[in-house]
Amino acid sequence: MTPPANNTAASIHLPVASRDRPPRSVYGPMAWMRANLFGGWLSSGVTILLGYLIVRGAVGFFDWGFLNAVWTVPTLPNGNPDPATCRALRGAGACWAAVGDKWRFMLFGRYPFDEQWRPAICIALFLGLYIVSAMRQFWRKELALIWVAVLGAIGLLMWGGVFGLSYVPQDIWGGLPITLILATFGLAFAFPLAVLVALGRRSTQMPAVKLICVLYVELIRGVPLVALLFMSSVMLPLFLPTGVNIDKLLRAQIAIILFVGAYVAEVVRGGLQALPRGQAEAADALGLSYWHKTMKITLPQALRLVIPPLVNTFIGFFKDTSLVLIIGIFDLLTSGKTAMSDPTWQGSSTEIYIVMAIIYFAFCYAMSTYSRSVERKLDSAHNR
Amino acid sequence: MSSSLDPRLANARVAPKRGVRLSWSDPRFRNIVFQILIVSAVALAIWYLAYNTQRNLDIQHVATGFGFLNRTAGIPIGEALIPYDPSINTYGRAIVVGLFNTLKVAVIGIVLSTILGTIIGISRLSKNWLISKITAVYVETLRDIPVLLQLLLWYTVLQTLPAPRQAINIGDAVFLSNRGLKMPLLIWQDAHWWALVAFVAGAVGTFAWNRTALRKRDETGEKPAVWPAALGLMVALPALVWAALGAPFTIEYPALRGFNFTGGGVVSPEYFALLIGLSVYTSAYIAEIVRSGIQAVPSGQWEAAGALGLRQSAILRLIVLPQATRVIIPPMTSQYLNITKNSSLAVAIGFQDVVSLSQTTLNQTGQAIEGIAIVMVVFLSISLSISLFMNWYNARIALTER
Repeated sequence: MTPPANNTAASIHLPVASRDRPPRSVYGPMAWMRANLFGGWLSSGVTILLGYLIVRGAVGFFDWGFLNAVWTVPTLPNGNPDPATCRALRGAGACWAAVGDKWRFMLFGRYPFDEQWRPAICIALFLGLYIVSAMRQFWRKELALIWVAVLGAIGLLMWGGVFGLSYVPQDIWGGLPITLILATFGLAFAFPLAVLVALGRRSTQMPAVKLICVLYVELIRGVPLVALLFMSSVMLPLFLPTGVNIDKLLRAQIAIILFVGAYVAEVVRGGLQALPRGQAEAADALGLSYWHKTMKITLPQALRLVIPPLVNTFIGFFKDTSLVLIIGIFDLLTSGKTAMSDPTWQGSSTEIYIVMAIIYFAFCYAMSTYSRSVERKLDSAHNR
Repeated sequence: MSSSLDPRLANARVAPKRGVRLSWSDPRFRNIVFQILIVSAVALAIWYLAYNTQRNLDIQHVATGFGFLNRTAGIPIGEALIPYDPSINTYGRAIVVGLFNTLKVAVIGIVLSTILGTIIGISRLSKNWLISKITAVYVETLRDIPVLLQLLLWYTVLQTLPAPRQAINIGDAVFLSNRGLKMPLLIWQDAHWWALVAFVAGAVGTFAWNRTALRKRDETGEKPAVWPAALGLMVALPALVWAALGAPFTIEYPALRGFNFTGGGVVSPEYFALLIGLSVYTSAYIAEIVRSGIQAVPSGQWEAAGALGLRQSAILRLIVLPQATRVIIPPMTSQYLNITKNSSLAVAIGFQDVVSLSQTTLNQTGQAIEGIAIVMVVFLSISLSISLFMNWYNARIALTER
């Protein structure tokens, strides 16, 4: 909370000739521990207590997760795995064999087993798309084309039906690709919508448009995503002409786009507001039209400002895609839950939950690290 | 631009106001045309959707309107704050029960997550390396795992607790089993209500006395002690009222009957999992808000307070936290809204909140639009009340600038 206190002793004036190493009390691991772990009675007590709890917890987890864990199980004559060794543990150790048996179901859901290389490539394509979009040298107009091309390729791979790929109907897709599809398509479609809504909400000369935008944003932000998902699954079929039916995934996707659009619109509006007024006024003075001013002057600067909060919003709703579990769409979490319900691996749900948590964590942690690094770069560019 | 004019331009000549010309080159005319176009497009879309809905409903022979709320519900509800019997009570009452359950999660969750989040946020800035690292790991891990997964995991963990017969027994009074947390319950009687009334009156009195004491301090420099009044008004007065009414005190202990416990109070595993999951998840966000709020206070404030001879804890309490609060309140508001909205995840672990009960109602009666409308209205009003309250609080503590 305050600047570290250990540099007060270090600033004692020593004769220049003295080349002795500083005394042990101000330098070296012991001094570091004194300053950072045992600075005072309270601090020492807390350190010892916490240290004890951490060691106990770590030992307990190590026992459960590694020492007592079952990694593989023998196969029964009928080809199914034999969970007897896992059952015999009675919770004393983890049954990673359950994950070993079920990991393809968790990742790809009910997608035909022999065709699962296709969703695997799709996951790789999504990852590549994210990495390319994160790199500065690709931040140009061609990036939009790359997105269109990659998303098209993903659709082609998942559905198939051409180039000798067998057709896989959408209702048996599942697992991680569904999570990535919901998140990525959600962002890709919500983003243009959000920019328009943000501009509309900032509009001073079109009160009617502003009112519509405010209503949209506040209505959506006021209700939980769960309610929107229910609404999409129950009410969208009612909204459409009789006989027209759209599938469950698309309905959830529409709900997610509308949901994300409202939140991203607020982020973009924040960026537009943070921009110095002079930028827009200078553009007006040059006689630029509204769209020229927006597309060439204000919007590019505002979007650059909001990259970190935008990534944070994206992390938030990447996690929120898991809510589609509630309306029965087969995303990563639903696949995991279905895998748990297999009677063979009864009682191994904790292991499966842990693996799913690690997958989600890996994605979100990578994104939040990235967002922080961009923020630091933007800050240093500002403070020059 | 509709900014207020520079005062120096007050006497300058202003271009005369002109009416809107019916010409494409007049920006105001263009604006009006665009607005009419956009509004009519939106209106048309809404009309189209409403028309389709009406037709579809006609075909399915679903009657619209809220009449269904008066029909007998027949939905069994596990826990209700108000008396509810599925064989007598209506859908309307079932939804009110759900509303109370939502509020029960939201209010207690907000309190718990604020306390936990503030402790963690302050600990993250601790000089103790171990504390700051552990809290950093806590925040990073919890923020990067979906809240639904966390809820399901908590629920699973609670389900692996022993059965009631082998329940974890704390002093023969509190039992923790896979049926939830059972604990002794005070039988609530009239005397307790009066004691509660006395307590509230005492709290108001203490508050008033505190105000007077503060004014005296401003006038004389010495603050009269508040704690004797607080003790007298908030502890002794309710105790006296309770004693005067005969001091009733009966505690009902849970007891094992057959395969489950009877008597006593219960916290169901669903509610427990939801509350812990939401509070822990939100506390990670609140911790970050508190931390950045404290860091936003200039270090000169710490140093100046230290120079005045205040202790660390006093600096934090009297100097830094009040200033940090101004930075903290707006993002905190949105976290409170989030926890309220996330309470709708109850539906995934079978806790019957307002969303879950509306959903059941909707499935039983087919009144989709009305069910969704109820949920929207409930959440919009909760969100609006939290926003209004927090905005009022924010305005009250805002820095009064010259």
